[in-house]
Amino acid sequence: MITKRLLFIGTMAMSALLAVAFTLEVSEAADPNAFNRLMKPPSKRNPPPAKDGIHDPESVGAEALQPPKEAFSAMPKGKSGNYVDWVQALADQKIAPRFDRLDPEAKPILMDLNIVREVKGSMPNVVYPHKQHTEWLDCSNCHPAIFIPQKGANQISMAAILLGEKCGVCHGKVAFPVSECRRCHSQPKGKAATTKAEAGAAAAQPAAQPAATAGQP
Amino acid sequence: MAIERKQWKSAIVIAATAWMAVLFGFAPSEATAEYGDVVMNEYSDEAGMRPVVFPHWFHRIRFRCKVCHADLGFKFQAGGNDINMLKIIDGEYCGACHNGDVAWSVENCDLCHSGKAGTPTQVHESTLQKLIMPAGGAPKK
Ligand code: HEC
Ligand code: HEC
Ligand code: HEC
Ligand code: HEC
Ligand code: HEC
Ligand code: HEC
Repeated sequence: MITKRLLFIGTMAMSALLAVAFTLEVSEAADPNAFNRLMKPPSKRNPPPAKDGIHDPESVGAEALQPPKEAFSAMPKGKSGNYVDWVQALADQKIAPRFDRLDPEAKPILMDLNIVREVKGSMPNVVYPHKQHTEWLDCSNCHPAIFIPQKGANQISMAAILLGEKCGVCHGKVAFPVSECRRCHSQPKGKAATTKAEAGAAAAQPAAQPAATAGQP
Repeated sequence: MAIERKQWKSAIVIAATAWMAVLFGFAPSEATAEYGDVVMNEYSDEAGMRPVVFPHWFHRIRFRCKVCHADLGFKFQAGGNDINMLKIIDGEYCGACHNGDVAWSVENCDLCHSGKAGTPTQVHESTLQKLIMPAGGAPKK
């Protein structure tokens, strides 16, 4: 008898809690006809630690840590990721990241070698610049584990990049995200090499070309 | 009487469990973390510590990738370095800098261990994580 009653009470309590939870859920859920149903609104970019969903707001740390916006305010804006253009920030000396753990004077040895990878179809060719990479990275970060150091020796595809391989080891995780197509696909196809269809596709967006190539020294 | 109280207790426990399940199960996974933040939780939860949050943006303002990923030997993989406190106090990994010399020292537990309990090890806001339709075979760590 008692067991049954308790079971009943237990179930009631559970459903009451569930009901409360769902109401909270619903009141929190966005308008079903919100303008952007899937895209994250700009107001949610660069959140402070206590509101970013991964820091525990109760933790002392969440209060003491620096909000990204404070650090980024003086840096050139980017289109995605941290919404900072790290290449430009470094070139403009807005930041001075050390090349050595202890020695603030150590300077990277830059290698200015561009590798052009021709792309089939309408997309502009990919220019891989060693210069911007050797600003940040050591040769051993890429060679030979990610890329065999020989032009054309590596099979690279967009599918692999999106899955976090090849260029996607860094791009889409820490370096600028894959959404910024034109930073990699920066070389318009040579007229001789393009078919009529490709030439047409390239001509359809002439305005965007100079902006994309401007970043390439 | 004693039995009744015990059963009451279990009813409350069940209800509380359901409540937790609802909170964790349905709560929108509204992590809008900063791009590149790495949560490290291979051992922390089990040890009763908050998971560690490593901010890439903060460190890359101060160091090139090379310092950590070549000189200090951090592999490019969240959770792939088997970091623990003994290694840190011996000057490896985070401990190469968080030693009271280059940066504040390890006794500031809460500055590193600031994550929400239960957050799995992963790099946040990655292209893979943010694909609107999850890519086939995406490893969900
Ligand atoms: C961010 C990754 C990355 C870094 C860092 C990097 N490389 Fe490369 N490297 C590449 C890629 C990608 C290629 C092109 C491979 C291909 O086309 O298949 C390449 C190609 C090369 C080649 C072949 C060139 C040719 O014409 O065949 C050499 C040599 C090379 N790298 C040397 C270096 C040296 C030396 C460093 C350090 C100063 C370095 N790389 C740093 C990614 C990198
Ligand atoms: C080991 C990490 C790593 C790998 C692998 C890598 N990159 Fe990068 N790349 C970076 C970093 C770091 C930057 C600096 C900019 C940033 O962080 O957003 C950068 C910058 C660039 C830039 C410069 C953009 C500009 O505005 O000047 C281009 C272009 C680029 N990467 C293309 C590629 C391509 C193509 C590949 C693959 C063949 C590749 N990267 C592989 C880390 C990497
Ligand atoms: C980090 C650099 C990078 C970014 C960002 C990037 N790509 Fe690519 N993409 C490549 C490389 C490298 C290849 C391989 C080129 C080759 O075949 O050697 C490629 C190849 C391609 C191809 C040819 C087919 C294939 O799958 O290989 C298409 C189409 C393409 N990219 C579209 C895009 C679009 C659309 C975007 C933006 C959403 C984009 N890419 C962003 C580097 C990049
Ligand atoms: C102060 C040290 C430090 C610096 C500087 C640093 N990283 Fe990292 N990086 C880490 C740590 C720590 C991890 C996580 C490793 C782990 O969980 O074991 C990591 C992980 C990564 C990962 C793996 C993410 C994943 O799981 O796929 C990538 C990619 C990466 N870093 C790229 C970079 C690039 C590019 C730069 C330079 C722009 C950089 N890092 C600068 C410490 C650093
Ligand atoms: C190459 C040196 C270096 C390494 C390695 C390093 N840090 Fe740091 N870290 C720093 C410096 C420098 C600061 C700034 C210290 C200060 O404010 O006095 C810092 C600050 C921080 C902060 C506070 C950021 C803020 O908002 O003020 C956190 C959190 C942090 N580090 C976590 C880590 C973790 C976790 C690791 C290991 C996975 C790590 N760091 C490895 C150098 C490093
Ligand atoms: C510089 C950053 C940093 C600081 C400061 C720090 N930790 Fe950690 N701690 C880590 C990292 C990184 C890990 C590995 C995280 C994981 O994968 O769970 C870790 C793991 C742990 C673990 C589980 C693994 C083990 O070694 O037993 C415990 C317990 C722990 N920390 C306690 C502490 C305590 C207590 C303090 C303060 C005295 C502290 N930590 C300060 C970075 C830090």
